[in-house]
Amino acid sequence: MSAFAATFRRELSLMWAGGGALTPLGYFFGATLLVPLAMGPERALLAVAGPPLIWIAAALAMLATLERLFQADLEDGSLDQMLLSPAPLEALTLAKGLALWCVVGLPLALAAAPAAIALQAPVELVPAIVASLALGTAAFAGIGLVGAALTAGVRRGGVLIALIVLPFFAPPIIFGAAVAGGEQVGSAMALVAGCALGAAALGPIAAAAALRLQAE
Amino acid sequence: MFSYLANPARFMAFSAWAGPIFMAAAAVLFAVGIPWALIYSPADYQQGETVRIMYVHVPAAWWSLGIYAFMGGASLVGLVWRHSLADVAARCAAPIGATFAGVCLISGSLWGAPTWGTWWEWDGRLTSMLVLFIIYLGYLALWSAIEDEERAARLAAILCLVGLINLPIVKFSVDWWSTLHQPASLFRAGGSAIDPSMLGPLLTMAGAFFFLFAGLLMFSMRTAIFRRRVESARLRASQA
Repeated sequence: MSAFAATFRRELSLMWAGGGALTPLGYFFGATLLVPLAMGPERALLAVAGPPLIWIAAALAMLATLERLFQADLEDGSLDQMLLSPAPLEALTLAKGLALWCVVGLPLALAAAPAAIALQAPVELVPAIVASLALGTAAFAGIGLVGAALTAGVRRGGVLIALIVLPFFAPPIIFGAAVAGGEQVGSAMALVAGCALGAAALGPIAAAAALRLQAE
Repeated sequence: MFSYLANPARFMAFSAWAGPIFMAAAAVLFAVGIPWALIYSPADYQQGETVRIMYVHVPAAWWSLGIYAFMGGASLVGLVWRHSLADVAARCAAPIGATFAGVCLISGSLWGAPTWGTWWEWDGRLTSMLVLFIIYLGYLALWSAIEDEERAARLAAILCLVGLINLPIVKFSVDWWSTLHQPASLFRAGGSAIDPSMLGPLLTMAGAFFFLFAGLLMFSMRTAIFRRRVESARLRASQA
């Protein structure tokens, strides 16, 4: 378990040193800013379309962080060290996913509150939007682990990751946007949580299988 | 049968005659099925002649799903037993499946224009077929992005299996979403018992599509194996 904690701490400090959530947050706010510019500032229109677009912006901001997730480890040999360690690689990829969620996912979920208010979402829905995004970014992180691990050896794999990962973002986006839209909030929230748990359970296993091949 | 064919030499001997036979079977079934579907089967009392699009659309939809399941099985065999022929099978099936999915989407769009009055409707089935099509594209893109063939095969197999687990979830979520967003569906509920006069040509066309897939798969796998042999021969020649 100490290997898990060490990997988690290493990831946290690496991500922190790399600017932490600053870049994804900037991306997120920049994309949110474009929404009213493209759609016009009409309140009623924004209130309907804004929250789902927040989900899209968060998904894309998450996506943008994935390219380097395992590539750096592959290049500097950290991945070989992880493979040599007696700890199962699945646990270490889980630690990396957890770190990604803490450093990028949770700040994005919190940043959704001001973004939702700015896009005229009903104020009473804002806590639900934040909570659903906290779960949704966990699902994105779990799915993203797989995409990042599959493309770790590909140079300029960013577009490829997007192509691989985006169709699998469909379920959390569907349920999450339903929460944000205020439709069937309870069951939709439960289903986002289900997506997050499923991605957290299966993502690290698939990512570890892919990483073993990358290092061969 | 599959373990028998797992030997590449045996597969080459089998596919040498199986490929043309499958293609001939497809040609016969198309020769029967196309006139049956386009001329001799009855027009729908509501949709008129446009219902004939179904005879292309539905088999393409069935087999694009069937081919993905086949790729999933081949990927599992390739991963577990490290069998290169299974990798080749999955790789060669993918473009055919992607084409079928594309045919399904395009024919569905052409069918939707006269019957639904729109080229595209965000219906549950259309949407999940579009997701499947994008998954196919991602699979092909991953395969072509990685140079080392063996590594590409294994990584693509992992992606294929992840997709196989995910497809029912995507399907469920899209159905949940479309019932949430859509008013009463344009498909008549309960009226799905298809008339025998349409079932005959539909099944014939489905058989034709299957043999088309099987024949194309044989030829494409043979090409891939020949290419591999040429490359290794070239490598040996350059080292000698």
